[in-house]
Amino acid sequence: MKISVASGKGGTGKTTFAVNFSLFLNNIKKNKIVLVDLDVEEPDCHIFLKHKNFKRKKCFREIPKVNEKCNLCGKCSEICEFNAIAVTNTKVIIFPDLCHSCYACIEMCPQKAFDIENIEMGEIHWGNIASNNFYFVEGKLKIGEVMAVPMIRQTKNFSAERFGENSYFIFDSPPGTSCPVIEATKESDFVVLVTEPTPFGLHDLKLAVETMRKLRKKFGVVINKAGIGDQSVSEYCYNEKISILGEIPYSREIAELYSQGKNIINLPSINKIFEKIHKNILSLL
Amino acid sequence: MKELVVISGKGGTGKTSLTASFAYLAGENTILADYDVDASDLHILLEPKIKKTYQFYGGKKANIIKEKCIGCAKCQEICRFDAVKNVDDKFEINKIDCEGCGYCYRICPTDAIEFKDNLSGEWYISKSRFSSTLIFAKLDIAEENSGKLVTEIKEVARNLANENNKDLLISDGAPGIGCPVIASLSNANYILIVTEPSLSGFHDLKRILELVKHFGYSAGCIINKYDINKKITKEIEIFSHNNELEIIGKIPYSDSFPKSLVLKQTVVEFDKSDIGKTVENCWGKLQSKL
Repeated sequence: MKISVASGKGGTGKTTFAVNFSLFLNNIKKNKIVLVDLDVEEPDCHIFLKHKNFKRKKCFREIPKVNEKCNLCGKCSEICEFNAIAVTNTKVIIFPDLCHSCYACIEMCPQKAFDIENIEMGEIHWGNIASNNFYFVEGKLKIGEVMAVPMIRQTKNFSAERFGENSYFIFDSPPGTSCPVIEATKESDFVVLVTEPTPFGLHDLKLAVETMRKLRKKFGVVINKAGIGDQSVSEYCYNEKISILGEIPYSREIAELYSQGKNIINLPSINKIFEKIHKNILSLL
Repeated sequence: MKELVVISGKGGTGKTSLTASFAYLAGENTILADYDVDASDLHILLEPKIKKTYQFYGGKKANIIKEKCIGCAKCQEICRFDAVKNVDDKFEINKIDCEGCGYCYRICPTDAIEFKDNLSGEWYISKSRFSSTLIFAKLDIAEENSGKLVTEIKEVARNLANENNKDLLISDGAPGIGCPVIASLSNANYILIVTEPSLSGFHDLKRILELVKHFGYSAGCIINKYDINKKITKEIEIFSHNNELEIIGKIPYSDSFPKSLVLKQTVVEFDKSDIGKTVENCWGKLQSKL
């Protein structure tokens, strides 16, 4: 089972939901629970897990590196759609930030004049949390690295290989509606869209809903910070026949717990809400 | 012309609410730009009238012409993005997975693949309700190249400012630390980071500041909702002091933010007393940095 937690807008409580929902499932399920932080630009789940001894490994992406067989014919530069290669009269210049690792230049070069170079793009951290059945994986993009998608892809693949198909995966996705979100949600069985009841929340929820419809995903909405704004998000969901899985009320207590990196699942009223959300997800699967 | 770029790393810290307030305080003689092309929100508060719409072509996409495809599977073998699907021994390209590298188009033995420009969004020149010019964009769902779109509208905004002798460009930056935010920063004169005193907020502040320093920009920060956790606020202040990050201001938690948002007002229009004054003071201090 794979569930992605996403949101159009940042700061709506996506990470809070992903972490607490994972803890909730760990309490009630026999399956292995694997929480995977795919918000590789700003991964924050680990802050709420209080776990220090993560295992780590470096992640690389492959780019072309020109070798002595090059005769400066310029074909590579001609075919690269990303302008990542320039050929002058004397040399070939490669721009690693622009390279998408498509291999067209490497494999189409008439002289076979390219080797492969590994560029470090970030790290994967992982570990066993709290109980024997709860695992955590996070992808962390290196500062200054431009492309998040390859990092997300490797983190996801690593999780699948290591923890197998019978696990229950929760993916904390990046915010937005473009390529990183697609990468973090496209193989999931269900997507939870977390929003807040404000005009910003509504506007970005509409975009997220459009994205999930385009990907043909099953999804539902969790309204976080319920009470701070207006009813427009509920009205929109009602009109669009979108399931509201549950509402988590705003309280200063929750905001303060959050600020300290503490979880809310042990508050009895919150646990009840998560129970209801879980039940609603099961009914939609 | 000076450009102020407001960023946050973490979402939900109040970046756009504050940018809109500065836009109000700066008045009509300013150019505004929203680089959060994935989920642009600034226009919700500025209710602009769109003057001109432009199309954005983010790159190309491959498409297999069924009649010409002989099912040799070469395209599927070389595609590193798993975008080629086999449907009843004929091949199809999933547009969402296609990265636009053109490799398949170049090696197809029967020329069965076309490779065309892909319309992936729009951008607009508009007039905000404060009479200032706002440039914002809407990237279509599931599209790529938001960094390229940011670069495109940034160039337009900067040119408009220069041509019309405007002194100031205020920009709402993209979230995260990847390509859209890197594109947002280019040529900025000052970067304002809006943060909040939570462990996540502090963690993301450190990462975004590292990025800002990596590219050599000078930056200041506003600690929003500072009284939610005074201990972490203190830690952020010490961190800022040690890392040449000037504190532009501290704003207490206030329900004026969501309340003004519901009325589609900026917080300085809604709350003329405490919060409004605090935000105005921040603006005063920011102007001295530009």
